[in-house]
Amino acid sequence: MEAIILQVLNGLDKGSAYALIALGLTLIFGTLGVVNFAHGALFMIGAFCAVTLSRILTLSHTIIDETRTDFLGNPLKVDVPYVYGWFGESAGAAIIDWAVPLSILFAIPVMITLGVVMERGLIKHFYKRPHADQILVTFGLAIVLQEVIKYFYGANPIPTPAPDAFRGSFDFGAMLGFDPNIIIYPYWRIIYFVFAAIIIGGVFAFLQFTTFGMVVRAGMADRETVQLLGINIDRRFTLMFGLAAAVAGLAGVMYTPINSPNYHMGMDFLVLSFVVVVVGGMGSLPGAVLAGFVLGILESFASMREVLEVLPGINQIIIYLVAIIILLTRPRGLMGRKGVMED
Amino acid sequence: MFGLNPKDARLLIIVAIMVVAAPVLLNPFPEGSNLAQFNAGYPDLMQRFVIFGIFAIGFNILFGLTGYLSFGHAAFLGIGSYAAIWMMKLLTMNIIPGIIVSVIVAGVFSLAVGWISLRRSGIYFSILTLAFAQMCYSLAYSVLTPITGGETGLQPKVNDPRILDAATNDGVVPKTNLFGLEMTSSTEIVMGGWVFTLNAGYYVAALVMLISFYISIRIFRSPFGVMLRAVKSNQQRMNYTGLNPKPYTLAAFVISGMYAGLAGGLMVAMDTQAGADRMFWTASGEVVLMTILGGVGTLIGPVLGAGAIKYMENILSKINKDILHQWFALLPDGLEDVIVALIYPFVGKGWHLTLGLLFMLVVIFLPGGLVEGGQRIAALFKRKRKPEDARSGKSTEPAE
Repeated sequence: MEAIILQVLNGLDKGSAYALIALGLTLIFGTLGVVNFAHGALFMIGAFCAVTLSRILTLSHTIIDETRTDFLGNPLKVDVPYVYGWFGESAGAAIIDWAVPLSILFAIPVMITLGVVMERGLIKHFYKRPHADQILVTFGLAIVLQEVIKYFYGANPIPTPAPDAFRGSFDFGAMLGFDPNIIIYPYWRIIYFVFAAIIIGGVFAFLQFTTFGMVVRAGMADRETVQLLGINIDRRFTLMFGLAAAVAGLAGVMYTPINSPNYHMGMDFLVLSFVVVVVGGMGSLPGAVLAGFVLGILESFASMREVLEVLPGINQIIIYLVAIIILLTRPRGLMGRKGVMED
Repeated sequence: MFGLNPKDARLLIIVAIMVVAAPVLLNPFPEGSNLAQFNAGYPDLMQRFVIFGIFAIGFNILFGLTGYLSFGHAAFLGIGSYAAIWMMKLLTMNIIPGIIVSVIVAGVFSLAVGWISLRRSGIYFSILTLAFAQMCYSLAYSVLTPITGGETGLQPKVNDPRILDAATNDGVVPKTNLFGLEMTSSTEIVMGGWVFTLNAGYYVAALVMLISFYISIRIFRSPFGVMLRAVKSNQQRMNYTGLNPKPYTLAAFVISGMYAGLAGGLMVAMDTQAGADRMFWTASGEVVLMTILGGVGTLIGPVLGAGAIKYMENILSKINKDILHQWFALLPDGLEDVIVALIYPFVGKGWHLTLGLLFMLVVIFLPGGLVEGGQRIAALFKRKRKPEDARSGKSTEPAE
């Protein structure tokens, strides 16, 4: 029982990342009909937004501290971040400590802008071209984005810690009445899951309960009719692309404390996210979210020692195996709609 | 000639001449000169040109003719490598059995993968092949370590059985050979400032490449090739005429898988090691890049693309800041620094950036790749002459 709860919990954070990326991919596919291979790169850029912000916040100037001396007896030079000067020392330190959550505010405008520029500048010209061309051009774009990031930030992973308050672990088992220290779970992963749930809920609420969302859903169902009603659906779809980019970016921002970002993290997630989208059903938003969590949890169950003893190596391939089985038995995926890319 | 029409025969002969003369053609700059680093005529790189050329030719038979975009072809290359290296460990360092077995094993695997993957098309097919390739990669890295060597990969060892070579075992790892002709042996020809290296391994690989190129021409021109094109242009119509596309696409998939296995086997023959990273999905992406860059669906395109990418990978990536400063040393200092700073991100370690940009430009503006680019330039020259003819024609013959 403990083991099962533990594995479900372990699967949740990876599942959240899959679900968020897959949600963005599906939004783009459902609205614009474009298969976006650069989505992993957007996730990665989101993560680097967090890195950038924490670097900006720790920009320092050197002052000479007369009261202390270094080992040679000279006055000690101390690097003081500018934020200390602006907000005072304790508030400044807190701001730096909270760099990752603050990056959310920084990443949203950056990612929306990037998404809109990408759609207007490049993707727009590929609506009429075959899916293979869309895959190829976005694949090329992913390489370019990745290399640009590599040029500015280097090839090594950059550790970006979570705020101090969330650094420990939470004894989940004790709360449920199990022995202490059996089911412990890092705070940040709980935060990540809650955050993902909020984002996913927000996107669904936006689509379901706003006029804008209603028009977008109408456009997804029948683009031509919506256009005939005199609605500029293209502009709304462009904004949806920006929104999808922001979702991927936020998933990246919040993922940085779990895994230090490096320039190819996007590609690693992209392949899995595509599998997730296909398993969930192309064009189905609930399907993408469901498949994300299901596959994340399956993956963590497959890496249990008891399972590995029976089926060695299953943890490496379980996602692909599930994808192959689903694709062959349920061509539409778990919750795919009828008539969406059913060839 | 060889059952080809004159145009194809001419292409084959041109390619053959280029390939044979490659050690000279690719070394246009004298040794020791500033530009010598642009020389690509060294055996290691030339072998890669032809081996990846084979890989891309095979991929093109699938993607170029049927339009099925496989994102997992590197798996067959990796499987071919493993098969070849096991032949070398168990049987003999002669490359023939290794290459034959690598082709067969890759063919069997691609039959299995193709049988399942080809039940779907479009993006689903790409994802399925990608999933299979990633499974092969993960398994080769982890569970199958006894067979694949895991992270370290496989190399021939001194105490391998090598049943056929046992008599000549003298305590060192023997080199790969073709009935005694060692793949690493080469002759250097010095002519003035130029040094040309003629390498046995390169010529063996080049011969194999020419044969596979010939086979691909025959496939392109055969009724079978026409069927494959029919799959690409209108599968529904093909169904309605009572033809089942599955056997044709499966055959194309297996053929291209065998080409990949052949490339993998040759890779091991030239450089005796095999590792799982050869099967990673970026390696599959690379062959897609090569085929698109060169010109998908054309005969010569994939070879050109493979050459272009491998050239960039090996030559562009060697350029560093000092070399750039050296080139632009003539310019005034300030301007020199600006230009070097502008170019530097695109060369050296950043050559992937150039590759990505080039690839995007090709997909956006030249869907036919380098081959289409060449044709457009040729057409440009022809058009310049044409209007004059048209005008003169007009003046003599009144319009009806």
